[in-house]
Amino acid sequence: MSLVQLAGVRKVYNPGLPSEVEVLHGIDLQVQRGEFAALIGPSGSGKSTLLNILGLLERHDGGTYRLADQSVDGLDDDGLTRLRRETLGFVFQFHHLLPAYSALENVTMPVLMRDGRVSAVLRERARGLLDAVGLTQAMDLRPAALSGGMQQRVAVARALMLAPALVLADEPTGNLDTASSDDVFALLRQMHQQVGTSFLIVTHDPRLAARCDRVIELIDGRVATDRDTHLVSG
Amino acid sequence: MTFRDRLPGLGFELNVALRFLLEGRFQSLLIIVGVAAGVAVVAYISALVTGLQRNTLEKTLGAQAHVVVSPPDERVVPAMPRSGQAWVLSDTQARAQRLRTVADWPAVVTALEHREGVAAVSPMVAGAALARRGEATRAVAITGVEIERYDRIVGLRKKLVQGQMRLSPGEAIVGMTLASDLGVRVGDRITVDTGQRSETLRLSGLVDLGIKDLNRRAVIVPLRSAQSLLNLPGGVTQIDVTMDDVYSASRLAADLARELPQKVESWQETNAQLVSALNAQGISTLLIRVVVMIVVVLGIASVLVVSVVQKQREIGILRAMGATRAQILRVFLLQGAMVGAVGSLVGVLLAVGLIWAFTHFVRGSDGLPLFDITLSPRMGAQVALIALVAGVLAAVAPARRASRMDPAQAIRS
Repeated sequence: MSLVQLAGVRKVYNPGLPSEVEVLHGIDLQVQRGEFAALIGPSGSGKSTLLNILGLLERHDGGTYRLADQSVDGLDDDGLTRLRRETLGFVFQFHHLLPAYSALENVTMPVLMRDGRVSAVLRERARGLLDAVGLTQAMDLRPAALSGGMQQRVAVARALMLAPALVLADEPTGNLDTASSDDVFALLRQMHQQVGTSFLIVTHDPRLAARCDRVIELIDGRVATDRDTHLVSG
Repeated sequence: MTFRDRLPGLGFELNVALRFLLEGRFQSLLIIVGVAAGVAVVAYISALVTGLQRNTLEKTLGAQAHVVVSPPDERVVPAMPRSGQAWVLSDTQARAQRLRTVADWPAVVTALEHREGVAAVSPMVAGAALARRGEATRAVAITGVEIERYDRIVGLRKKLVQGQMRLSPGEAIVGMTLASDLGVRVGDRITVDTGQRSETLRLSGLVDLGIKDLNRRAVIVPLRSAQSLLNLPGGVTQIDVTMDDVYSASRLAADLARELPQKVESWQETNAQLVSALNAQGISTLLIRVVVMIVVVLGIASVLVVSVVQKQREIGILRAMGATRAQILRVFLLQGAMVGAVGSLVGVLLAVGLIWAFTHFVRGSDGLPLFDITLSPRMGAQVALIALVAGVLAAVAPARRASRMDPAQAIRS
């Protein structure tokens, strides 16, 4: 069974108003467990909207969506939140760490949210993740004291904290310089290797997309192409 | 699944609420100072007014009974009205009120003693006389009492300045001013003359009743002496009653007035102006408290509303990471509660300081504090609790707003 199953998913903004606009026209998409896929497309193609729907941050208006063998269609807000917490990790373009918390505290935040406390075992896991992303020395620093690349590494560690089935990354290297960008991308690949989580990465950067196993191209709210780069490159 | 998984407690909410408050240090400080000022004002005013009222009541009621039962006034019985067309013009002179006894007073005393809420009952014979020693003569008020009972009404023991609190037959306790007017000390004798009889009494004690006029006129004698001096054998002219709760006096008086064929007056009736002054004061205090609390609520609410807007992105991140709406709601409600709690703690301490300053620096003409005011723990706790509730209430609207924020939009911002 696929991890993500979208069938005929539509999204309409401002329904019933003169400004009504349909941004997704029936998306069919499946993502398997353990995949490392890129989602590309020009601005306005509906990438972010699709990512938000996949991430349970927005609701779709038509079609069906199953995530981790559970139907999303009829879930209320609490149901969506719980499923999001159990299944998904996020890495945003502007790293979006909580400025009032240290790197380590940012990584353990999903645990605190779920359990009301952070057990010693899970704190160790968080340290291990920060070690793995190369931030052993920066664990107790606040985001403001970290470079953009370092902040994005913290975000990656945080996304992986609860061992989600799928990590959604929205332009994770979008505002980094080339070197940091390559670094972070390498880190994503490395974590993918190590933990086996699926990754879906929205990117503008064709170089990065080319280094993913699968590239899904969205144009005008439809899946234009969906190709397996391994098959192409041999 | 462990217990914690099912009931995660408020660990997350407390942590985030506290961190948000610490992060916006200046804002938090501002609203805590606001709450503290409000709480201090409310607590201080409450303590001040309570102290003032208690002081006024003590001064007023210290030397008088809460309820007095006395014989009904004697009235001129009007002639029977004529029927028909006749008009009668009449002018009746009010009757002179003789000293009369309360009918069947021992039974009334026993009945009163068994009433709920009654602290003490004291039968008394009161009348006018002249006190003489040598050339000096003074008009005095004779009060014939059973000393132990009377003590429980006016606290005579505490007012004794010289001698003993003892009333054997032939003895009297007099006001200190009267004693100096007559030039007598404890152990000396004075003659008391009522016009009908006279008796020589030995002074066993001097008292300071707190009011100059009383000190100049009071002659307290055994009940039996007064009965014979005032020619009222076996009778009493009034029965004094004190209550456990001062304010229940009017209710008892109303009940008694229905049951007994006597005149029954509570201190509220004899001090009607005082009562209305106290009421007006109470209402003003309540008004001040309500207005200050409204200001506090609005202050907390406005700062929290701003904070919700500022924290929009953080709220979005938390929601994306899996915080439920209820969790976000609780984060902001807790912020209100924390601000209310810290603010009220500081406010109560501030009020204690103000009260200390008042009792130490504001002095009457005699160099003593004007009156004693204290913030009772109960009142302090009450004010603090109100501030806490106000904090949570103030946070309701901002918290709802935060919890309803669209996470996708919040992140994009």
